[in-house]
Amino acid sequence: MAAGIVRGGLAGCGQQVARLLRRRFHRSAPAALQVTVRDALNQGMDEELERDERVFLLGEEVAQYDGAYKVSRGLWKKYGDKRIIDTPISEMGFAGIAVGAAMAGLRPICEFMTFNFSMQAIDQVINSAAKTYYMSGGLQPVPIVFRGPNGASAGVAAQHSQCFAAWYGHCPGLKVVSPWSSEDAKGLIKSAIRDDNPVVVLENELMYGVPFEFPDEAQSKDFLIPIGKAKIERQGTHVTLVSHSRPVGHCMEAAAILSKEGVECEVINMRTIRPMDTQTIEASVMKTNHLITVEGGWPQFGVGAEICSSIMEGPAFNFLDAPAARVTGADVPMPYAKLLEENCVPQGAEERPSSPRRPRGEPRREAAGAP
Amino acid sequence: MRKMLAVVSRVLTAVSQKPGAATETGRVLLATRNFANDASFDIKKCDIHRLEEGPPTTTILTREEGLKYYKIMQTVRRMELKADQLYKQKIIRGFCHLYDGQEACCVGLEAGINPSDHVITAYRAHGFTYTRGLTVREILAELTGRRGGCAKGKGGSMHMYAKNFYGGNGIVGAQVPLGAGIALACKYNGKDEICLTLYGDGAANQGQIFETYNMAALWKLPCIFICENNRYGMGTSVERAAASTDYYKRGDYIPGIRVDGMDVLCVREATKFAAAYCRSGKGPMVMELQTYRYHGHSMSDPGVSYRTREEIQEVRSKSDPIMLLKDRMVNNNLASIEELKEIDVEVRKEIEDAAQFATADPEPPLEELGYHIYSREPPFEVRGANQWIKYKSIS
Repeated sequence: MAAGIVRGGLAGCGQQVARLLRRRFHRSAPAALQVTVRDALNQGMDEELERDERVFLLGEEVAQYDGAYKVSRGLWKKYGDKRIIDTPISEMGFAGIAVGAAMAGLRPICEFMTFNFSMQAIDQVINSAAKTYYMSGGLQPVPIVFRGPNGASAGVAAQHSQCFAAWYGHCPGLKVVSPWSSEDAKGLIKSAIRDDNPVVVLENELMYGVPFEFPDEAQSKDFLIPIGKAKIERQGTHVTLVSHSRPVGHCMEAAAILSKEGVECEVINMRTIRPMDTQTIEASVMKTNHLITVEGGWPQFGVGAEICSSIMEGPAFNFLDAPAARVTGADVPMPYAKLLEENCVPQGAEERPSSPRRPRGEPRREAAGAP
Repeated sequence: MRKMLAVVSRVLTAVSQKPGAATETGRVLLATRNFANDASFDIKKCDIHRLEEGPPTTTILTREEGLKYYKIMQTVRRMELKADQLYKQKIIRGFCHLYDGQEACCVGLEAGINPSDHVITAYRAHGFTYTRGLTVREILAELTGRRGGCAKGKGGSMHMYAKNFYGGNGIVGAQVPLGAGIALACKYNGKDEICLTLYGDGAANQGQIFETYNMAALWKLPCIFICENNRYGMGTSVERAAASTDYYKRGDYIPGIRVDGMDVLCVREATKFAAAYCRSGKGPMVMELQTYRYHGHSMSDPGVSYRTREEIQEVRSKSDPIMLLKDRMVNNNLASIEELKEIDVEVRKEIEDAAQFATADPEPPLEELGYHIYSREPPFEVRGANQWIKYKSIS
């Protein structure tokens, strides 16, 4: 027994020594800065509030509660009542007030606790904000940002899970962005605030707590991501996956799985819904010859439908080896039960069956049913 | 002596056929006639809500002010009648909501505020567009959809904008939160400016107005909520639309006044009163202007299926705002009938010229269809009716 202890002790000692020796020659890489999407949005807003006095934030619980999802944490303490304003539960009223303030020269950020509630105020977003510059013949700009979480969450059921990308993306006069990563979130919210036009920023509640590596340039106070430009998150040659918001993550997961089987996916993170970066998608499809769109929203009249349609109308059509396919939310109001809810949103594994993997030249007819 | 001068001037102006000479002589004689510099008038007492006292019940009108108000009201009146004409000739199309009968409101309100204050209203907006500084030309040309229109033909009747004038808004009631937002900006900027936020008796039942009352009172926004009660929301009389027709009380915890909207002086005094209240930082006030529109709701409404011709006639003969001012001025020696007639002639000419322009000016060029989507944006392309039609879009 004693011998065993000693052996163990010696072994332990040996291990220690080995560790020490290893340490001398071991150089660790600098820890990459990890920032959650929430903190990135917070930073972006903080920087813009500091930079321009005309910027202010209003919405339910944005001030003393630190934000319903803590996105505006610390801002009220720093900037006070004048610039961070708690509103009563009056979406139509406070959205209209925000638009009026923008018309009079301020630069409001109007938060909807979720975009489901923006439906109450949608007239102000579309008729008072989006259309006014055009109707006035270029006299009256409306520099406003509407932001908040969009789309499905977890177990919040039908009235709290709708994706509004297609509804807002439909309207000329609006800009609509949909960040996925922290870098997206910061760069896009800053661009949105600096933009002289109404910008809808569709965030995602399930992404708020997700950390991402924050590149050096994103740490600058002038880091902006241009609205209207997509990002190729992963290069590939066999199939193009186009997505926005949280599903971009699912595409990356699917791409990793498929890569092991020899299928290299090109993953495009749209970043902007309107104006859509059709060029980047076209160039990719012309390279891979296959297209799958992935979104959380309902299939009919959705973002994917628009992408497929645009591809059909453009040069990339002739490069498609199979009809484009769409992965979307299920065409039902969101159920509550976990099993049901899980099957109503795109998941990483699910994309396998729909990715058309076949050699070039096979007739399109067969492609439709192929796994 | 005065009577004799008047007779002499009348004779001279009547006899001579030479237009220039006659009017000149007439004018010289008129100029030498002694008008009063100003006169004091009693105005109707306003009903008040949650206030200790209301606006004053007497006011002083100077000759200069009187002539100015007269001319502006007459211009608005004739401009609206011209729009009626042009609409019937199908030169104006779509929606056209006319303001004749309500002139004392837009003129009285403007007289009670500064040009640096802000105004927003709904779709019966031509009068305000004029009092806020645009020309009849620009307004009529916008109605006829020409490039010389104030919105370059892109907006039409309901979407005219000017400095510190935010339209012209087509969605009933939506302009009220906008107005409170403008007032928020006034308070934010600390410049002592206020916002007049107008809506009609029909819009007064919109939920968003009550949301706005709440926030404006809570945050003490310098906003005057003004209900232009012309007794009908489209074809529905106030009795059939509202459980409470005391629109000046509908702000509940917000003080209110009810004003005779046919009397430009009453409107002016009430506006000054409300403006002073708002500027002092006490928060918003509600003002109900009791007024009347001679036309139907819009040009597609003859306006007689839900009200009687007798009622319209009665208002015209007893309460016409222009007539009321004219009578006051003439009876108190602030102006003569001839003088006012001359103003009428000037106004008619201005409207005629503007109508000519509005009819002759070309429509906006097709190439500009895509312009003004975004502000301060590099040029981009906008899709037309099919994928091969593209329009350039510049800011």
